[in-house]
Amino acid sequence: MSETNTATSAAKTVVPKRRHPIWDSVKRVLPERSPKLIVGLTIVGLMVLFAIVVPIFTKDPNKINDIGLSAPSAQHWLGTTQSGQDVFTQLGYSVRGSLTIGFSVGIIATAMSFIFGVLGTYIGGIWDDLFSLITNIMLVIPGLPLTIVIAALMPSKGTMMLVIVISITAWAGSARVLRAQTLSMRGRDYVLAAKIAGERPWRVITVEILPNLLPVIGSQFVFAVIMAILSESSLSFIGLGSTSSYSLGTMLFYAQNGSALNTGAWWWFLPPGLMIAIIGAGLSFINFSIDEVINPRLRKTSSKKNKGKKKR
Amino acid sequence: MSVLKLDHVKKDFKLRDGLKTTTIHAVKDATFELPSDKTIALVGESGSGKSTIARMITCLETPTSGTITLDGEPVPTHGRKLYEYRHNVQMVFQDPFASLNPYHTIFHHIARPLMLNHLANSREEYEQKVIELLERVELTPATKFMYRRPHELSGGQRQRVAIARALAPQPKVLIADEPVSMLDVSLRLGVLNLLSRIQQEEHIGMLYITHDLATARHFSDEIMVMYHGDIVEHGPADDVILHPQQEYTKVLLAAAPDPEKHFAKVRAERARQ
Repeated sequence: MSETNTATSAAKTVVPKRRHPIWDSVKRVLPERSPKLIVGLTIVGLMVLFAIVVPIFTKDPNKINDIGLSAPSAQHWLGTTQSGQDVFTQLGYSVRGSLTIGFSVGIIATAMSFIFGVLGTYIGGIWDDLFSLITNIMLVIPGLPLTIVIAALMPSKGTMMLVIVISITAWAGSARVLRAQTLSMRGRDYVLAAKIAGERPWRVITVEILPNLLPVIGSQFVFAVIMAILSESSLSFIGLGSTSSYSLGTMLFYAQNGSALNTGAWWWFLPPGLMIAIIGAGLSFINFSIDEVINPRLRKTSSKKNKGKKKR
Repeated sequence: MSVLKLDHVKKDFKLRDGLKTTTIHAVKDATFELPSDKTIALVGESGSGKSTIARMITCLETPTSGTITLDGEPVPTHGRKLYEYRHNVQMVFQDPFASLNPYHTIFHHIARPLMLNHLANSREEYEQKVIELLERVELTPATKFMYRRPHELSGGQRQRVAIARALAPQPKVLIADEPVSMLDVSLRLGVLNLLSRIQQEEHIGMLYITHDLATARHFSDEIMVMYHGDIVEHGPADDVILHPQQEYTKVLLAAAPDPEKHFAKVRAERARQ
C-alpha cells in the first residue's frame, strides 16, 4: 500500500515528456472525431477512390457501340448512351473531372480570399479599403450570370478555363468572413504582444493569426469545393462547360441533348445527378463537423479533452 | 543606467465619420522621465490617455508631436531600427486570458522573444533559458509548465507567463498595464510583489498603469495623475497621496473607499445607540 503511494507521488513529480510539437499542433486544428465527420470523410473518400479506380479499369468513354440506349446489364453496368457509350465508364471520368475542378477551385478561391481577406485587413489603411472595396463589388455581382458571361467570352473551353472562371466568382464571400475574423484578431493582445516582441508582419500573420483562422479557412475551403462542383455542373449543363473533357455537368448536358428524359433512359441522367447530390452531402457533413470546432455551442456533448477549446 | 524620456508628447486620433472628421486629443502634453531604477505609477480614470502613453512607448502608435527618447536616442517609428529597438521596451497586458495565443505552448511564447534576439544557439539552450525565466517568475516546476498551452493554466499563472515573456528580451523599460486588475484578489499581491522584486533586481524602469491608488502608493516611487490627456500631478508617491495639490487628485482620492473612515463612522453610530 505504502509502496504504491510513493510510486504515485513519485510519478507526479516526474517531468512530463515533451509533447510532439508538430503533431500536437496539427491535432488542434482538426475537427473533433464526430459521426458527421466520419460519414463525410467516408463519402468523399469513396468518391475520390471511385474517380481514381474506374478510369483505370475501363476503356475509352467515347467509344461508340451499336447498342444505343440499352438498359443496365452485366456488360454495361449502367447501360449505354444514345450512341452506345458505356455510362459507368463516363461516370468514372465525370466524377474525376468534377472533383478535380472542385478541389482546384477550392484551393485557388481560398488562396484569393486569404489574400483579400487576411493580408489586406492586417496591413490596414489604404490596402484594407481597396481590398474590401473589390471584395464588396465581387460580392454584389450575381455569381452565376457573371460566370456565364465570362465563360461565354473565354476563347478556349478547357478545364483550366472553367477553374479560373469559377474561382473569380467564388472567393468574395469567404474573403468577407476572413476579414471579419482578422479584424477581431488584429487588435488582440497576443498579436500586439508578438509585435512588441519584434515579430515581423509575415510571421505575425502566419504564426500568430493563421492557426487560429484555420478552422474558418477549412470550412470556407470545403464550401468553395461544393460551390465549384455545383456551378461547374450548371455551366456545363447549359453548354458553356468544357467540351474536351468529362464532368458530371457535361454528362447531364449530353443526357438532356439525347432526350434521355423523354425516352425514359433513367440510367443515363440519374447517376450523374445522384453523384452531385452525394458529393455535396459528403462535403457538407465535413463542413458541419468543422463548424462544431468554430462554434462549440453546436456540439452536443463535449469531451473533457476539448474543454479548453471553448474559450476560443 | 538608462533613461526613457518623454518630451511634450502629444497624440491626436482622427475619427472619420463620412466627410466629417473629429479629432480626439488622447494625450495633450506629456513630459516625464523614467530612469531604470524607479517605478512610476500612472493613475487616472478610463479614457484619460494612460494606455495611449503605453502604446506610444511600445511603438504601437506614433506620437503626433513631441519626442520619446531612450538614453538620448530617439525611438524609431518604422523599418529595421524599429525591430532592433523593440526588445528595449516590453509590456505586460491587462488581460492574461487575451494576451497569450491559445494555439501556442508556453515554450513558444517565451522562446520567441529569445530567438528574435539570438540569445541562445540550440533548442536545448533555449529550453534552459525558458526554464530559468519560468523559475524567475515563480512558476515551478518549470518543466511541468513549459509544454502546456495557456488554457491549461490559471489566470495568475498566465500573468506570470506574460511577465516571463516580457523579461525574455532583457528590456530596459517594462510597462505593466493594469497587470492585476483581471486577477483574483488573492493573487494580486503575489504578482505585484514579483513585479516589484524584478524591477529592483534587474534595474528595469517600470511604468505601472493602474486605477488603484493604494497599490500605486505601495509599489511605486513616483505617482503621475492623468486627467483628460494631461498629466495634472506628478511627484513622490507619498506626497501625492498625502498632500494632493490638484482638485482632480483630491476627487480621485476621495473616490477610493477608506475602510478606516467607514468603520469610524460605524463605531460612532454604535456609540450613539
